[in-house]
Amino acid sequence: MLILECPCCGVMADETELAPGGEAHLKRYGPGSSDEDFEGYLFHRVNPKGVHFERWRHANGCGKWFLAARCTNTLEVFATYSAQTPEPPQHVIDAIRAKRPDWSIEA
Amino acid sequence: MRRYSAFAIAREAARYHQGWERAWASPEPKKSYDAIIVGAGGHGLATAFYLGKNFGITNVAVIEKGWLGGGNTGRNTTIIRSNYLQDASAAIYEKARGLYETMSQDLNYNVMFSPRGVIMLAQTHHEVRGYQRTAHANALQGVKTEFISPQRVKEIVPIINLDGPRYPVLGGLWQARGGTARHDAVAWGYARACSDMGMDIIQKTEVTGVRKENGAVVGVETSRGFIGTKKLGIVVAGHSGVLADMAGFRLPIESVALQALVSEPIKPCMDCVVMANTVHGYMSQSDKGEMVIGGGADGYNNYTQRGSFHHIEETVRALVETFPMISRLKQLRQWGGIVDMTGDRSPILSKTPVEGVFINCGWGTGGFKAIPGSGWGFAELMARGYSPLTAEFGLNRFKEGRFIDESVAAGVAH
Ligand SMILES: Cc1cc2nc3c(=O)[nH]c(=O)nc-3n(C[C@H](O)[C@H](O)[C@H](O)COP(=O)(O)OP(=O)(O)OC[C@H]3O[C@@H](n4cnc5c(N)ncnc54)[C@H](O)[C@@H]3O)c2cc1C
Ligand SMILES: [Zn+2]
Repeated sequence: MLILECPCCGVMADETELAPGGEAHLKRYGPGSSDEDFEGYLFHRVNPKGVHFERWRHANGCGKWFLAARCTNTLEVFATYSAQTPEPPQHVIDAIRAKRPDWSIEA
Repeated sequence: MRRYSAFAIAREAARYHQGWERAWASPEPKKSYDAIIVGAGGHGLATAFYLGKNFGITNVAVIEKGWLGGGNTGRNTTIIRSNYLQDASAAIYEKARGLYETMSQDLNYNVMFSPRGVIMLAQTHHEVRGYQRTAHANALQGVKTEFISPQRVKEIVPIINLDGPRYPVLGGLWQARGGTARHDAVAWGYARACSDMGMDIIQKTEVTGVRKENGAVVGVETSRGFIGTKKLGIVVAGHSGVLADMAGFRLPIESVALQALVSEPIKPCMDCVVMANTVHGYMSQSDKGEMVIGGGADGYNNYTQRGSFHHIEETVRALVETFPMISRLKQLRQWGGIVDMTGDRSPILSKTPVEGVFINCGWGTGGFKAIPGSGWGFAELMARGYSPLTAEFGLNRFKEGRFIDESVAAGVAH
């Protein structure tokens, strides 16, 4: 079972306590954007086999959203962090690099 | 290829079964092929089969990183039906269901197609209305289904409990010619037929890169070196995103785990397939007597072919209300596959931004039933550049907002 530490309330939460919310750090496009950008925002996903950034909600707990860095190939969790950030903070990147030295963040 | 027949069994019985030949060859890869299919699951093999059978293209390789049929094709619960709501879906799934009817004869391989009937239970008033609508749509599409009463459901499935407190059975969508087939046999039958046409099925060989020149494909890098081609079909289900990344484009797809389980074998007790979409559970009985049970997909990205236990628990808990007798059954095996879920829960059979590269994916939780129809249409798309069966399933539908919205119609697909 997947266990994530909720950075909002500090609880180590089982996945039954959590609601998955899909890819994190999507750049939002709205009215006035190109069709390509809007399509990408709505539908295209990185879907990596490896390091992934995701949104989660502590649904059956404090109710807050947060973000997680996880490996989809091993189910290893690198870090959880605040949802109030447009990109992964340095300490999260360091935590990933410590275990995946070859990994680099996608453009 | 030596044909299988009752006579062949008698002949081999008389000589201690020494004369059976290998069902397919394991050749060394050639330098290049007219077409390469990545992924020897049902959809990839069926595509190769129809490239040869319908279009005479037989200089074809099917490249598989593991063993053929070892992906979702060998992991599913084998439900075959074509009672979809949208016309585009009904067309390709009914084409497939029709081809399943004669597949054993066409391939000279017993795929054990068993049109035992499929019921989709209506357990809320919303579902009653939804399935009545589907039955009307199916009538217009020429797909034979009917909406049946709870009493009729009980006649067909005596072990069902109609008046569960949470999920009473209010009716059902019945497709009498839906059913099941032996999933491995579908892959093996196609592989044998492809090999017989001179195609190369190359197992234990992983595609690791897609080589392009001037925006067009020229071949693939593999764990056994470069293999050239100008026509590449990517048919890798859960790994579609990985292959698309190699080719340099993005897909509206996320890969998640879907699980199934079987019980210990018991005496025959249910001779059709029952699906309960409100509770995300479905069940049939295998020829060995196991109750085959599947549920809903997990909610987060995963490539491990292992799902979360609580999903199995939820599925079984809900099914126990509808089938009280299964509460005492022991679980024998449980497993998972990685399914490729698209934004509108319908498949993608399409050209791609890279010239010469075609993709067949997004079958998600429900593509076993579609294998022959998908292979038929995708082979036509690869050979001619257009197929009426696949026309609506292009990648461009996401940009253009022309979704084929079956998630609403089916609730959960399988
Ligand atoms: C638990 C479960 C239950 C299901 N139940 C049903 C059901 O009842 N009815 C139904 O209709 N459908 C069902 N499905 C869905 C169905 O199994 C799939 O839609 C279908 O099998 C997909 O077939 P495929 O040929 O596209 O993929 P697969 O059979 O997964 O084949 C893809 C192949 O590509 C190979 N591959 C991947 N990457 C590479 C690479 N880099 N190089 C070379 N090869 C590669 C893989 O090893 C794999 O063998 C279920 C699925 C699961 C997991
Ligand atoms: Zn919390």
